[in-house]
Amino acid sequence: MTNLKSVSRSAVKATPPDAPRKKSTKRESMGSLAFSRRARGRALFKHLILIVSGAVMIYPLLWMVVSSVRPDELIFKDPGLWLNGLDMSNYSSGWSALTHPFGHYMLNSAIVVIGSILGNLISCSMAAYAFARLKFTASKLFFGIMLLTIMLPFHVVIVPQYVLFSQIGWVNTFWPLIVPKLLATDAFFVFLMVQFIRGIPKDLDEAARIDGAGHPRIFLRVILPLMVPALATTTIFTFIWTWNDFFGALIYLTDPDMFTVPVALRAFVDSQAGTSWGSLFAMSIVSLLPVFLIFLFGQRFLIKGIATTGIK
Amino acid sequence: MSALGELSKMKRRTTPKTAAEKKDEGRDNKAAYIFLLPWLIGLLFITVGPMLASLYLSFTDYNLLQSPNWIGLENFTRMLGDTRLHNSLGVTFTYVLVGVPIQLAVALLIALVLDKGIRGLPFYRSVFYLPSLLGGSVAIAILWKQIFGTTGLVNQVLAMVGIQGPGWISDPSTALGSIILLHVWTFGAPMIIFLAGLRQIPVMYYEAANVDGASAWQKFIKITIPLLSPIIFFNLVLQIIGAFQSFTQAFIVSGGSGGPSDSTMFFTLYLYQKGFGQFDMGYASAMAWVLLVIIGVFTAINFVASKYWVFYDD
Repeated sequence: MTNLKSVSRSAVKATPPDAPRKKSTKRESMGSLAFSRRARGRALFKHLILIVSGAVMIYPLLWMVVSSVRPDELIFKDPGLWLNGLDMSNYSSGWSALTHPFGHYMLNSAIVVIGSILGNLISCSMAAYAFARLKFTASKLFFGIMLLTIMLPFHVVIVPQYVLFSQIGWVNTFWPLIVPKLLATDAFFVFLMVQFIRGIPKDLDEAARIDGAGHPRIFLRVILPLMVPALATTTIFTFIWTWNDFFGALIYLTDPDMFTVPVALRAFVDSQAGTSWGSLFAMSIVSLLPVFLIFLFGQRFLIKGIATTGIK
Repeated sequence: MSALGELSKMKRRTTPKTAAEKKDEGRDNKAAYIFLLPWLIGLLFITVGPMLASLYLSFTDYNLLQSPNWIGLENFTRMLGDTRLHNSLGVTFTYVLVGVPIQLAVALLIALVLDKGIRGLPFYRSVFYLPSLLGGSVAIAILWKQIFGTTGLVNQVLAMVGIQGPGWISDPSTALGSIILLHVWTFGAPMIIFLAGLRQIPVMYYEAANVDGASAWQKFIKITIPLLSPIIFFNLVLQIIGAFQSFTQAFIVSGGSGGPSDSTMFFTLYLYQKGFGQFDMGYASAMAWVLLVIIGVFTAINFVASKYWVFYDD
């Protein structure tokens, strides 16, 4: 435990990935023509490796996008990316292929996502404030337990949780997916926020305390505004994980009215039995679009969040 | 953990406190537990309570309709004779022991290539990172199902060079490999952690090695690997724990069956089928505890082994 803690803490100290390194400037100023020619050759070789491997990685995604705007049968014939005009029929047929229009499932997903984000932001930041700033009995014990729960496989709790929620009558509602987030069970984010709050100078709290502020006020007025980057990281990760969450939705949402996007897609796969791959691809892309947009605009927070805590 | 607790007690004893400070401490306690209230409720009702309940259920026969019936160790002895379960353990171990090392090796390799202040770093990083964000989704599993199908993208490309590829996911000998490949495809997240770790290695070590005329390979083995070993260890522990719990990809690619002929029947998938397909909740709980113990043992082995290869600078 302590080992792991010290590792992750040392990861925090890492310079942000975008920071320029001393090393490269050093190398440029160094030496002879022969050296620089060799360095250039090596750089070229590296770019070649990166371009080829990057292209292999991304090709399936590009091909899926292209295939979704081509006639259905080409999916099994054309491995290329060439387009002869745009055929949007896959999107219109995919959108209305299930009981409800696909937008219905996206709305369901959005409700779960928004509830989960709010839950995580409120509950995790509160717990993190207590762990990072307050002295209390058994704080180290609780902190240790919190770290352990990060690594706990959810399978050991899923059966009794299901029994509990089904007895309350919450099966086929969004509550089993949202309520745990309101109770800070995503301990990664507590840990992430604890690390962040520890980096905020304590003088600021002290100053506020001297001015007569209590803990609620220090938390709301001093700490929360300063931990916006950690809150942003939490928001983004919660969005992506909840949007993609399949297992929870599969267990708790069996009524097609309540389907979120992942279970709707699964129902689509089953009902089509592989006959209309075009519309299946089209809806897959629609389902990936929000995650892709988050990636485009929130990449900085994502990368910092990963480097800090080692989460996906 | 108890050592830590004692440590904090000792600290408290060494500094005598004034009455005002004691009062402060009491107030902190109250405030702390108020701030921790949601987390404590969650710990009790969502984590620890259900954990104990599932431990109890693992010794019972329970189908959700009738109340649990205590059967002692019967679920566990049943496991000893359950060949499908043995197979699912084999599938999961293969997935973890093949997928995780390859994924981390690729992540480290690309991180090393990216590390040396290469031009266009942010672009490359984004390209390699994107798949790890999307990889857990149903949509990508659907894509995989097509790509590795009989007339899928891979076989279309192979046909261009005159090779008739097998139906990768419909052939029991290659189905698991296709899913492992999907795991390797998501190497972006550990790569980012490696990049952050590489940046922490002081440049002066490399400069000193240059002065001594060390080769690139020597520098990699004698400087990079030891100084990066805590990060490698961290990635290894987290990725193994995560890989044991993989579910979505195998479920979608096999249509929920774990087929063909159980070749993609992950332990978690079998657990799902037992618990939520056949409502054999007692057996599923027992399986969950077996999974917990397996993950715990693997993590413990990792920590013990780390004493021999992980190097801590401080």
